Amino acid sequence: MSAAGDPLVRTRFSDAPSFSSPSALVDGLRSVGYLADEQIATVLYLANQLHKPVLVEGPAGTGKTELAKSAAALAGSRLIRLQCYEGLDESKALYEWNYRKQLLRIQADRPAEGATDGRWRSLEADLFSEEFLLARPLLEAISASEPVVLLIDEVDRVELETEALMLEVLAEYQVSIPELGTVRARSTPLVVLTSNDTRELSEALKRRCLYLHLDYPSLERERAIVLERVPEIGEALAGEVARMVASLRKLELEKRPSVSETLDWARTLVLLEVEHLSSEITTATLSLLLKHRHDLELAARELAGERA
Amino acid sequence: MIGTLTAFSDELRRAGLPVSLTETLDAVRATEALPLAGPEVLRAALAASFVKDVTHQRAFDTVFEVFFAKAPAPAPLAEPAEPGGGGERGGGDPPGELDAASLAAALADALSGRSDLDLTRLAALAVERFAGLEPNRPVGLSYYLYRVLRGLDLDGTVTGLLEQVRAGTIESPPELDQIEDLGLRRRLQREAVADRAQVLRHSIEAELARRLAAVRGAVPVARSLRRNLVEDIDFMHASRTDLGAMRRSLAPLARVLAARLARRRRLGRQGALDFRSTIRRSLSTGGVPVSPRFRLPRHTKPELVVLADVSGSVAAFARFTLHLVYALGSQFSAVRSFAFIDGIDEVSRIFAQSSSITEAIERVETEAAVVAADGHSDYGGAFSRFAARYLDAVTARSTVLVLGDGRGNYHPAHPEVLAGLARRARRLYWLNPEPRAYWGSGDSLIAQYEPSCDAVVECRNLRQLERFVSELS
Ligand SMILES: Nc1ncnc2c1ncn2[C@@H]1O[C@H](COP(=O)(O)OP(=O)(O)O)[C@@H](O)[C@H]1O
Ligand SMILES: [Mg+2]
Repeated sequence: MSAAGDPLVRTRFSDAPSFSSPSALVDGLRSVGYLADEQIATVLYLANQLHKPVLVEGPAGTGKTELAKSAAALAGSRLIRLQCYEGLDESKALYEWNYRKQLLRIQADRPAEGATDGRWRSLEADLFSEEFLLARPLLEAISASEPVVLLIDEVDRVELETEALMLEVLAEYQVSIPELGTVRARSTPLVVLTSNDTRELSEALKRRCLYLHLDYPSLERERAIVLERVPEIGEALAGEVARMVASLRKLELEKRPSVSETLDWARTLVLLEVEHLSSEITTATLSLLLKHRHDLELAARELAGERA
Repeated sequence: MIGTLTAFSDELRRAGLPVSLTETLDAVRATEALPLAGPEVLRAALAASFVKDVTHQRAFDTVFEVFFAKAPAPAPLAEPAEPGGGGERGGGDPPGELDAASLAAALADALSGRSDLDLTRLAALAVERFAGLEPNRPVGLSYYLYRVLRGLDLDGTVTGLLEQVRAGTIESPPELDQIEDLGLRRRLQREAVADRAQVLRHSIEAELARRLAAVRGAVPVARSLRRNLVEDIDFMHASRTDLGAMRRSLAPLARVLAARLARRRRLGRQGALDFRSTIRRSLSTGGVPVSPRFRLPRHTKPELVVLADVSGSVAAFARFTLHLVYALGSQFSAVRSFAFIDGIDEVSRIFAQSSSITEAIERVETEAAVVAADGHSDYGGAFSRFAARYLDAVTARSTVLVLGDGRGNYHPAHPEVLAGLARRARRLYWLNPEPRAYWGSGDSLIAQYEPSCDAVVECRNLRQLERFVSELS
C-alpha cells in the first residue's frame, strides 16, 4: 500500500504477449477456454492499454463474469471479485474499521487510568492505522502490489448511492480514507464491471468506462462454445444445438435461453446419448432451455407443428 | 483522424446519441492505441466509447458505415451507360461483371448455405450489377435499394427456396444434413435461408451507403439515413416492431420508477442501534460492547394504482401503457390496475394470471368491461364509476398514475371526483401522450384536471417517460 503522492506505476499486462493485440487476445482467451469475437477482444485490449474499466452489459448467462475470470487466467493474475447485491455498502465494498479489535485495544490500555491528553491522542493515531483496517475488494485491488483483475459483478444490483462510491476507484484508482489519507494504486488493476441491465446505470459511471454489450453469441460462436465446454458432443450435434437454440430465441419468449442453458442442454443430450436432434427429443428436454410456463407451452406447440 | 472523429461524433449527436467531449476524446485515444487492424476492430473501438446503450447500436452502425467503412473500387460509379440516364437499364453488361444467370445461381447457393460465397461479397456484386448509381441524381438510398433487390429478385428467390425446402426438393446445408426428423430439419433450414437473406439485405444497404458517401460526402448521406432512436419514437404512432424494441427498455425503467417511489420510505439503510441486544451480547466480552446490534431497516414496497385509458384514440399508447403496467407489476407489492374507456374495470387479476404480456393484453382487450355506453372515452364518467366502486383501492400510501390523453368527447369532466382521489392518495401523477401544444384544445379536459395532480407530464416517448421517472423525488 502506498500513500498519497507516490507516483502511479502504470503496469498492467502490457508486457504479456497475449495482450499485445485484439487478435492475440482472441487466441489467448481461446487457450483458456473462452471464445471471444473481435469486438470482445478489442474492448478488453483497449481497457488494458488505456487503463480504463470495461462495463459489460447484457442478458444473464452470456459470459460476462466468465470473461473477467478468463482474462485473469490468461494474465496469470489474481482475480478479486466484488459481488454486488442490494444493500451493499461502503463497509463491504471499500473498507471497514475493525472496531472489535479497536475496542480490545482500548481495553488493553485500561490500566493507565487518568490517561493524559497526549496519551489519548497517540492511542487514537494508533487505532486508525492500517493495522485496524479491514480491506474489502475495492481497496484490496487498489493495494495489491502486482496487477490484478478486479471484477465488480452485477453492479446493477446496488443502489445509485453505492454506485457513486465506486467512482473514485474507477476514475482515479484510489480510495480516500478520512483518518488515513488517500490510498493510491501501485499498479492499476484491470477492472471489469458486469450488469444484467436490470437498471439504468448512472451517466457518470458509464462515462468512466468502455462499454461492451454482450448479447447472445452468433451461431458460429455458440457452436464453438458448445464444443469447447462439452467436447464429448461432437461437431455435428453442436451445430444442430446452436441452430436450435437460435431458433427458439426468435420466438416471443418471456426469457430467452442463454449460453448457460445451451450448455446445460448440450450436456443432457450427451448423457442421453443423442446423436442428432429431433422434435421429440427437443420437446422432452425443453425445460432445460426454457423456464417460464408460457415459453414452454409456446415452444412445444411450435415443435408439434413441425411433426404434423 | 481527429477531424474525422469530430465530424463523426457531431453526426452521432445529431442522430440523438448522448455524445459529449469525453466520449470523443476517449475515441481519439482508443484509435491511437489500436494496432493496424480491420474495420471491425475500429468499429468495436469506437462503439466502446460512443455507444453506452444497446438501443443506440443501430444508429451508430449506420453512421459508422458512412464515415469509416472503405468504399471498394468505384467502378459502378461510372457515368450511366445510356445518355439521359434513369429508367430501366437494359442489357449491356459491362465487362468483368457477373451475368444475370450466374448471379442468380450464386444467390440461390449462398442463401441455401451450399456455397462459401461471402454474403458481403455477393452484396457488392449485386450493387455493382443492379444499382446503376448516378452520383448527381438527387435520389435517396431507398431508391437504389429497391432497384438492387428487384434486380436480384431477392424476395422471389427466397420464396422459391422456402418452397423447395417445404417440398424437400433441395439439399440441406451440411450442418443440418444429419437431422433425420424431416419436420425439424426443414424448419431449421427455412430459418437459415431467412437469416441469410436478412444479412444480405443489410449488407446491400451498407454497401450502398458506403458508395453514396464516397461521392456525396458522409454527412449528407448520414442525414438522409437518420431514423428515430427507440426513445424518440412517438407512442401514438408506434408500430408493433417498435413496441417490441420499447418493451426491452421498459422493464428497467419500471424498476427505477418503483425504486424512486419507494425511496422516501427507507431513509438510512442501517436500522437504529438495538441497545438491549447490544448489551446482552456484550456480556460475553466482559461488558465491552464489541458487537453492536442494529435493528433491521424497514423495507416497504409502495402501493400503486394505475388508471389507464385504453380507448381507440390512444390505442398504440394504451398497448404501451399495458406493457408498462405489466412491468410495474413485478416491482410493487400492490399494484391495482384499472382500464377505462367510458366504463372502468379492474384488470389486476388479468395481469396476475397471464403468463405473458401478450396474453394479458389480449385478455384486457376481450374480457375487461371498459365500455359502459358508446365506447368513446368519458373521463368524468370513468372517474365517477371508479370512485363509486373502487375507492378503497386508494389510501394514504398509494401513488396514483393516470395514463391518457384527457380527451373526454365533450362529456362532463367532473374534476371534483379526481380532486377527491388526489386528496386520499399520497401522490397523483398524470402522463399524457399528447403533445403539450394541443392540451386544452377541443375536447381536452386536461386543464381542468391539472390542479388536482402533483404533476401532469407530457409523455410521448420513452425519453420523456425516463425524464419523468428520473425527476421523481
Ligand atoms: N464466450 C464463452 N466462452 C466459453 N464459455 C462461455 C462463453 N460465454 C459463456 N460461457 C459459459 O456460459 C456460462 C455462463 O456465463 P457467465 O459468465 O456466468 O454469464 P453472465 O455472467 O453473463 O451471467 C458459463 O458456464 C460460461 O462458462
Ligand atoms: Mg455473471
